[in-house]
Amino acid sequence: MIEELLLPFDYEYMRNAMLISGVIGAVCGLLSCFVALKGWSLLGDALSHAVVPGVALAWILGLPFALGAFASGMLAAWFMGFIRRNSRIREDAAIGIVFTAFFGAGLVLLTLFPSNIRLRTIVFGNVLGIAPGDAVQMLIVAAGVLLVMALRGRDLVLWAFDPTHARAIGLDTRLLQTLLLGCVAAVAVAAMVAVGAVLVIAMLVAPGATAYLLTDRFGRMMAGATALGGGSAFIGAYLSYFLDGSTGGVIVCLQALIFVIVLVFAPQHGLLAARRARQRASHPAGSIA
Amino acid sequence: MTERPTISAAAAAAPFRFQRSTIREMGEKLLGQSARRRSATIPTRLDLRASNVTVAYPNGHVALRDASLTLDGPTICGLLGVNGAGKSTLFKAIMGMVRPAAGEVRLGGHTVAEAQRLNWVAYVPQNEEVDWSFPVSVRDVVMMGRYGYMNGLRIPSAADRAAVEQGLRRVGMQGFVDRQIGQLSGGQKKRVFLARALAQDGRVILLDEPFGGVDVTTQEQIMALLRELRAEGRIILVSTHDLASVPEFCDQVALVKGTVIAAGPTETVFTPTQIARAFGASAAQQAAGQASVSLRPDGDGTTLVVAADGRVLGRLEPQGMPRQP
Ligand SMILES: Nc1ncnc2c1ncn2[C@@H]1O[C@H](COP(=O)(O)OP(=O)(O)OP(=O)(O)O)[C@@H](O)[C@H]1O
Ligand SMILES: [Mg+2]
Repeated sequence: MIEELLLPFDYEYMRNAMLISGVIGAVCGLLSCFVALKGWSLLGDALSHAVVPGVALAWILGLPFALGAFASGMLAAWFMGFIRRNSRIREDAAIGIVFTAFFGAGLVLLTLFPSNIRLRTIVFGNVLGIAPGDAVQMLIVAAGVLLVMALRGRDLVLWAFDPTHARAIGLDTRLLQTLLLGCVAAVAVAAMVAVGAVLVIAMLVAPGATAYLLTDRFGRMMAGATALGGGSAFIGAYLSYFLDGSTGGVIVCLQALIFVIVLVFAPQHGLLAARRARQRASHPAGSIA
Repeated sequence: MTERPTISAAAAAAPFRFQRSTIREMGEKLLGQSARRRSATIPTRLDLRASNVTVAYPNGHVALRDASLTLDGPTICGLLGVNGAGKSTLFKAIMGMVRPAAGEVRLGGHTVAEAQRLNWVAYVPQNEEVDWSFPVSVRDVVMMGRYGYMNGLRIPSAADRAAVEQGLRRVGMQGFVDRQIGQLSGGQKKRVFLARALAQDGRVILLDEPFGGVDVTTQEQIMALLRELRAEGRIILVSTHDLASVPEFCDQVALVKGTVIAAGPTETVFTPTQIARAFGASAAQQAAGQASVSLRPDGDGTTLVVAADGRVLGRLEPQGMPRQP
């Protein structure tokens, strides 16, 4: 029995997959706090789709694919900002137009230049078949994001909470915004390997949203979301061995499941807690059935 | 509220001096700010000069045209005007949130960017601007006032903690340090942000509608505190719709209507004629459905400021006479 449960650890490709998924999940979890509080879910989704043409171009030009993906994500982010600043188009429409255009261009490139990158891999991820070189790229991205968070994390929290005050004490808010955007784009690239472009946004939203229901402290929220993201990605990859199903799908389902449980049972901000509070308010003390 | 820290206490306590170098500049850019800001000299006299400021928003709307405002030395200045007159825009120009298309703002002779780096500019936001469900505690918020004094990693020192403690004590919120910021009453929230401005030791403190949703007692407390801050040598700028409190509370008044149409001591500017200029809507604006204000004499020498819907907004006393509660 135990032996059977430890079976995935016997295979190197499974050990790699679990490690990479866990690291990426943890970093995504950390960033998901900012995504949740800044209301950047749609933007994150857009970025994760906008990286596709970058991947194709990087392959055609023989560059590291993480570089191409990142550049293409940032370019898309800049386009969205440009349209919003210089026209009367609303943000959500700008995002919708830009990311579908990028994604479409990526599809065209991938079909025009048949490569060894299979479309399926980009869209749905394939962490089980990750090449060692790509794994190193992922770990570098994760380390970079962690470094930014260690150095500027507190400023980013301040800016997310009160950009006016951040400005008033002389912080460069544009730099902060670009930094956070860059981090989101970078982990979107990394997470694409684990769960694919379509499901990246789940990893970038669910852990933060779940942790947000559990605490009123940003520090704890970040710790919780990181642990949750990392843990669920690791366990998801592990489970996918037995389920023989898509790794990305299993990870995201696991995260959604945890979210639903927390949504219902969270001690303070859960649905049941809210109901208890309402009942207490309507029945005077002691008369709760 | 017995302690009155002098304005320089926090600012002077930093004997850091670095050789300026490009590497250092780059490091600063990455790490946030530096210790450089702390070793500023304190001007004996603090003044605020906004000269011929024009602000245009990206959509082309010119919210402020050729606005000038000079405040010499410590004062409490009330910014009055109808909704959309440009009060918040003038604030933004003073805080460096918008770059004026023309004109400039100087604080104690410094540009706004310099003043920001010196931690001179403190801001108490309008209630609607804050995300009250953000997971931060009262202590976290007040600590944000200290970020400008900390090193790049923002690790609070003992001095920072003491300043936070003291700021909270001065506004009477020391018992709420671990509350989430949204779990407070309207007045308490205001006091927390005021504590942040205190912890920051800001020289120019801007308050956008500090009396919105605040009861009379809290309003009195805030006013008392602002008077203390003025006595410490700070410039206080308050945008308010509460005309009734202006005469007893503000030394100076600036009337805003697309520009600063009048500014000066309360006795000379806060007069029915001037107020009618600021609040009285033109016929065209009335047709467009914008709020207007009229003045009606009310028996014993006072004048009522009445909104379009008949609500009494305030009462103007005959000059020189204190307001009866
Ligand atoms: N970001 C913006 N983009 C475009 N126009 C703006 C922007 N902010 C304000 N305005 C316009 O500028 C004018 C001045 O606005 P401002 O916020 O300064 O008014 P206010 O005096 O603070 O009003 P209130 O009393 O309602 O707070 C208004 O006509 C407003 O519509
Ligand atoms: Mg305003």
